[in-house]
Amino acid sequence: MHDTVNAVANFINLDTANIIYLFLVGFVGGLVSGFIGSGGAFVLTPAMMSMGVPGLVAVASNMCHKFPKALIGAIKRAKYGQVDVKLGIVLGISAEAGVLYGAHIQESIKKSFGEAGSNLYVSAAFVVILAVVGGFILIDAWKTYKSGNAHEEEKVTKLARWVQSVNIPGTMVYFKSIDAKVSVLFTLPLGFATGMLAATIAVGGFIGVPSMIYVLGAPSLMASATELVIAFVMGLGGSFKFAMHGLVDIRLAMIILAGSLFGIQLGAIGTTYVKPFMIKVVMGVIMVTVLFSRALMVPVYMSQLHLIQELSEGTAKSLKNVSFGIMIFALAMGAFIVLRAMWQGRKAERLLHTSEALGHGKV
Amino acid sequence: MAKSYQSKKPVGKMIFMGIISIALYVTLLSQQDMLNEYFGKGGVYAFLPIVTAFLFSYIHGTFTGDFWTVLGIEAARKKQEVK
Repeated sequence: MHDTVNAVANFINLDTANIIYLFLVGFVGGLVSGFIGSGGAFVLTPAMMSMGVPGLVAVASNMCHKFPKALIGAIKRAKYGQVDVKLGIVLGISAEAGVLYGAHIQESIKKSFGEAGSNLYVSAAFVVILAVVGGFILIDAWKTYKSGNAHEEEKVTKLARWVQSVNIPGTMVYFKSIDAKVSVLFTLPLGFATGMLAATIAVGGFIGVPSMIYVLGAPSLMASATELVIAFVMGLGGSFKFAMHGLVDIRLAMIILAGSLFGIQLGAIGTTYVKPFMIKVVMGVIMVTVLFSRALMVPVYMSQLHLIQELSEGTAKSLKNVSFGIMIFALAMGAFIVLRAMWQGRKAERLLHTSEALGHGKV
Repeated sequence: MAKSYQSKKPVGKMIFMGIISIALYVTLLSQQDMLNEYFGKGGVYAFLPIVTAFLFSYIHGTFTGDFWTVLGIEAARKKQEVK
């Protein structure tokens, strides 16, 4: 009960500027997640914290806007035939386990090394994972673009072909996105890793989507759409857990949702206009940009832990501001690429229809 | 071939859902203190934020979907090559 009273006392006063700010960040975050399956949380959580919302309430409220948003996005993209519900649920359940384990690790790090130790762990996870996975995705997207095969169907990686060829009796499940049977012994650790990342950096999709593409062999469009199902399953369980402790600020969650539902519908529509490799471009660009943002924070936390010479207060503050600025830039850039690709796709479609109509002598 | 490219736009439905959505948000912001008190209780009250999230997502989600349709922003007509 004591916690509850504290949590209520921690719900901030909302003014109009805060509401507009959350609505706009929600919109851009929704646009990106409608397109690549996740994203936005890495800006939303710190944005709320900068308003004075306590860390846990920010994480809880973010999660409570994420699952309804993901649901609406998944329904929309299912209409375009891009969602593999079975794969999403199978991965989502193991992701839930990953979230719980990830939260447990976070707690024990916080206990042993304090707030700065936990922040350092989160930033290090950001930097390593985003550098490896984000770099790989960008290189792959670049190769596709250079080879001029952007229009062709994506090639299934060697790894995915091997995964699909392994037959472990009693564990094989057919997934329509992969069009093959895959052992759940492969999907379990992937889902678990997605959940662990979600518990650590709030964006599980940075593992979930690439693993569906490169390890399981799903097409990018289906992988990013299926990620929304994973986010829904994970977010619903997580929100309930936080709500049990009275940590969800429903006002914050619903205001962000107001903006993000506009965004996610638009992002989902956007996927029908672009070549599949654009999903990889947007995801890779955001991941690599966010990486720089987090890397800047590493010395701040290291100095707090006295691992390096102490930074002056001014330096630490400007590093923090630049880091937050880069994160907003990453999200805005993702949104820009999505909107631009969509704009061009629509233009090309209009031209096609005009010429078709001319061909039929209708105009 | 004779199919028209213009489809009927759900203007009425959008306005209807929009009004309900606005009503929901007005209630949310005008009853902040009461909501915070109950929603922050935890325990069994955890169902409150979850149910609210589903309600808002249905009403506001339908509205935003129709909003873009009415504006003429819809999915590409040419079906994407997805397996």
